[in-house]
Amino acid sequence: MAAVEKIIENRIDDKTTDSKALKWVGTRAPRPDGVDKVTGRAKFGADTHLPNMLIGKVLRSPHAHARILSIDPSAALALPGVKAVVTRDDFPDQPAGAVQPAGEMIINYRDMTRNIMAREKALYEGHAVAAVAAVSDRVAGQALTLIKVDYEVLPHVIDVDEAMGADAPLIQEDLITEGMDPAPEKPSNIAKRVEFGHGDIETGFSQAQVVIEREFKTRPVHQGYIEPHACLASFSEDGQADLWCSTQGHYVARGHCATLLGMDVSKLRVTSSEIGGGFGGKTVVYLEPVALALSRKACQPVKMVMTRDEVFRASGPACGTSMQVRIGATREGKITAGDATLKFQAGAFAGSPVPAAAMCAFAPYDLEHVRSVGYDVLVNRPKVAAYRAPGAPLGEYAVESVIDELAKALELDPIEFRLLNAVREGVDSSYGPKFGPIGCIQTLEAARDHDHYQTPLGSGQGRGVATGYWFNIGGQTSATLNLSEDGSVALVVGTPDIGGSRASLAMMTAETLGIELDKVRPLVGDTSALGYNMLTGGSRVTFAGGIAVVGAAEDLIRQLCERAALTWDLPLDDVEWIEGEARPANGRAGSEAPMSMAEIAKDMAKSGGPIVGRHSTNAQGAGPSFGTHVVDVDVDRETGRVSVTRYTVVQDAGKAIHPGYVEGQYQGGAVQGIGWALNEEYIYDEKGKIENAGFLDYRVPVCSDVPMIDTVIVEVPNPEHPYGVRGVGETPIVPPLAAISNAVENALGIRFTELPMSPPRVLAAIEQAG
Amino acid sequence: MAKIVLTGNLRLYTGGETELELNAGTIRSLIRKLRERYPDLPESLEDELAISIDGTVHQDDWFARIQPDSEVHLMPRIAGG
Amino acid sequence: MARNHVTTTINGDPVEFLCDTEQTLLDVLRDELHLTGSKEGCASGDCGACSVTMDGRLVCACLVLAVETQGAEVETIEGMADGDRLHPLQQKFLDHAALQCGVCTPGFLVAAKSLLERNPDPTESEVRYWLAGNLCRCTGYDKIVRAVLDTAAEMRE
Ligand code: FES
Ligand code: FES
Repeated sequence: MAAVEKIIENRIDDKTTDSKALKWVGTRAPRPDGVDKVTGRAKFGADTHLPNMLIGKVLRSPHAHARILSIDPSAALALPGVKAVVTRDDFPDQPAGAVQPAGEMIINYRDMTRNIMAREKALYEGHAVAAVAAVSDRVAGQALTLIKVDYEVLPHVIDVDEAMGADAPLIQEDLITEGMDPAPEKPSNIAKRVEFGHGDIETGFSQAQVVIEREFKTRPVHQGYIEPHACLASFSEDGQADLWCSTQGHYVARGHCATLLGMDVSKLRVTSSEIGGGFGGKTVVYLEPVALALSRKACQPVKMVMTRDEVFRASGPACGTSMQVRIGATREGKITAGDATLKFQAGAFAGSPVPAAAMCAFAPYDLEHVRSVGYDVLVNRPKVAAYRAPGAPLGEYAVESVIDELAKALELDPIEFRLLNAVREGVDSSYGPKFGPIGCIQTLEAARDHDHYQTPLGSGQGRGVATGYWFNIGGQTSATLNLSEDGSVALVVGTPDIGGSRASLAMMTAETLGIELDKVRPLVGDTSALGYNMLTGGSRVTFAGGIAVVGAAEDLIRQLCERAALTWDLPLDDVEWIEGEARPANGRAGSEAPMSMAEIAKDMAKSGGPIVGRHSTNAQGAGPSFGTHVVDVDVDRETGRVSVTRYTVVQDAGKAIHPGYVEGQYQGGAVQGIGWALNEEYIYDEKGKIENAGFLDYRVPVCSDVPMIDTVIVEVPNPEHPYGVRGVGETPIVPPLAAISNAVENALGIRFTELPMSPPRVLAAIEQAG
Repeated sequence: MAKIVLTGNLRLYTGGETELELNAGTIRSLIRKLRERYPDLPESLEDELAISIDGTVHQDDWFARIQPDSEVHLMPRIAGG
Repeated sequence: MARNHVTTTINGDPVEFLCDTEQTLLDVLRDELHLTGSKEGCASGDCGACSVTMDGRLVCACLVLAVETQGAEVETIEGMADGDRLHPLQQKFLDHAALQCGVCTPGFLVAAKSLLERNPDPTESEVRYWLAGNLCRCTGYDKIVRAVLDTAAEMRE
């Protein structure tokens, strides 16, 4: 059965289409780690065992908010088989204002050390308070029950609107809101206010004939990776340490751990295991510094694995929100003004993705008057972690819902209404800079022309559309190509492979070198193997990693040509690299038989020694990506259950290096979005404790919940990448929330302004509408 | 002179100014000149910024060229998932 | 506490192990026998990452006590390929790009194999309902379902 797909070439990219056709890029080549993953051989975070290994476990706060008066581990330490206990006293405090650039963002280590191990207060249910290492899982578990913690329980707050109220319990007693002019005098839970936009909102609204304003509320969710956090730490007596862990960025994890433990970065070597999903949730550390601290005390390796319950209570999560959106348009369908206020839960520490949400909210539209304001709000939950296009799905859910209502009010087709206002190259984005080459219009047109959009709906069904935007990022990246004596090459990269990147990076390497793909053996090196690498996230690996591997391949080619030139006694300029071999060029063309990589490799000892191609870069110019989704739903009027009956993702990839894995990103993002829209939510009791910390009650989509997900890959090349790549991993989760809500409205005539649209909520709305 | 646009909360440190003209050949020199002009800009400014030069986004890229007719936007850094 | 001595067959080989009474089959496979191909996503029967068969029946290894495998025949992902020949499902998962991170893959393969043994010609719905006990957060299931349907078609030929 052929996958449903259609690749649309929108532009000719002069870098990739000049005369020679591509051999590997754009094919569905086999993935190098595939066999290990279908045979159970691949080693994930919890799959490594070491001799003499201890098991570590964490004692977690049963309270959503409590002062920690004392911690007494003596009874636990007295239990036979217990080798170490760590608490707040084992992590040096970090100076106030200790913010450092690390990974993608600046990290406040004073906050981070408090998030991995509570200090003055437990700030959420599940907050780590102590940890033990013992000879077995059972002894470690027993030891946890013997640690005595005295708490003074404090009032808590979870809901973002309540947390902003004047009499809300303060999570950090001295927090003064940033970004206000003048700065407030009193502390509050509002960490920051941000504002973006241009023009004058009221002027814009005065030009509108139709104005729609709505308030939205979304519940907190979790990234939901199937593999729980896991690591294995081994500290030796001389202060050097090894850490194996499931992470999106082992260099970033190394930096965090070294800072939190007060050790030299180079004394810690981190090896990333295979990673069983992350979606942003494995960009930070939880267990890793704790396992290292335990191992340092016990002088034995310590393995720690979260239970699913711990994953839900103490890792991730993503924020719940409260949002208001007002948009005005002329009768002809031109949007005159857009205004959004977004309030996001940050968790117990500042740093929700509300700035990105505010920047993305109106990004698909060319607006003269636009404003988006965001508030970053502390609540008694773990500090939120990134979740796929962090923030963007939420802001765009609110905006795209109102856009849909406007289209209806103006009696315009929702895609045509978007096309009337969509951004194109050269237009100022709602958040500032001008757009370069982008594919917003192209995805809308492809969605409009798709068979899905043209097919009439079944009776009682509804159809929805939404467009989404994400920036994508670049960042520091290194790659090395070690030429083997038989002419094959080992490609070493430093970005954990979370969805097939070893395949796409090897394909770009083979393409650039002009050799067979199976002569390139890609692997993810540990932190001592090559220069710094930012983490796998921000849809950056195929973009930035691609620049790094193409650079390394070009470096290798230069050296191969040098060896050939020396061997032939020709000037370097008279040697060229074509189809995987060195050939004499210019006037000397044909004067010598070409030399393949294997031939040059065979004699490399004689011609000057080992040949290693390298490239390290801080990749700039990531290409933003737009996507438009079309979805059909059926609503069961008796139960309130919404079923997705057809789904199509259209997105600009720039260039799909491996179309199979690009489609996989589109499909996976769409289905995560379906879960977010229809079912997923954290449920808290009145004490601020989570009632549904398991997959039975926190219901992610299962196979029988969803249909096939059709995909259309639009390719508007990114001129900043050698093969035109933009990055595709995050945009697919941006449109689904609104697309599905719009489809439900289309089916029922009821506009939902709360997520998830779970059966009880939908049923109540149907009953209320009578 | 290049057109410099300050987005987000930067106006809080510039007395409300959000647009200015400056001669700066690189991002590094732009940051220095902004610091001279607006001494209130926070220490961590650079680490929190992304800088778009004529629509291409740069993060941590001191020596990226700014042309005399460039349009430069300073905005918050993007972190992905 | 005395440990239990269990004699069982895993992937066709005789295996003996000692275990605590409360240890699950998954704990023993992973931590005692180091057969880490079966994954733990939840330990509560909700994710299917630990799927194995016991006497031909598809079970969650996290819900089976290790002592229950006394005298049983257990099949895990490690036993699915025949020497250096991948099972057709394994090959089709690769051909269809039906895995991204791959942590759910062993469970899906074991569950899908068990489906095809019972029903060599399943409909798309039958595949989806049979696999509804296996969670995948990466792929959106599309390519997994296609891979299973394609394998079934090929194996019928
Ligand atoms: S680990 Fe057994 S079902 Fe999840
Ligand atoms: S491929 Fe990652 S969970 Fe299925």
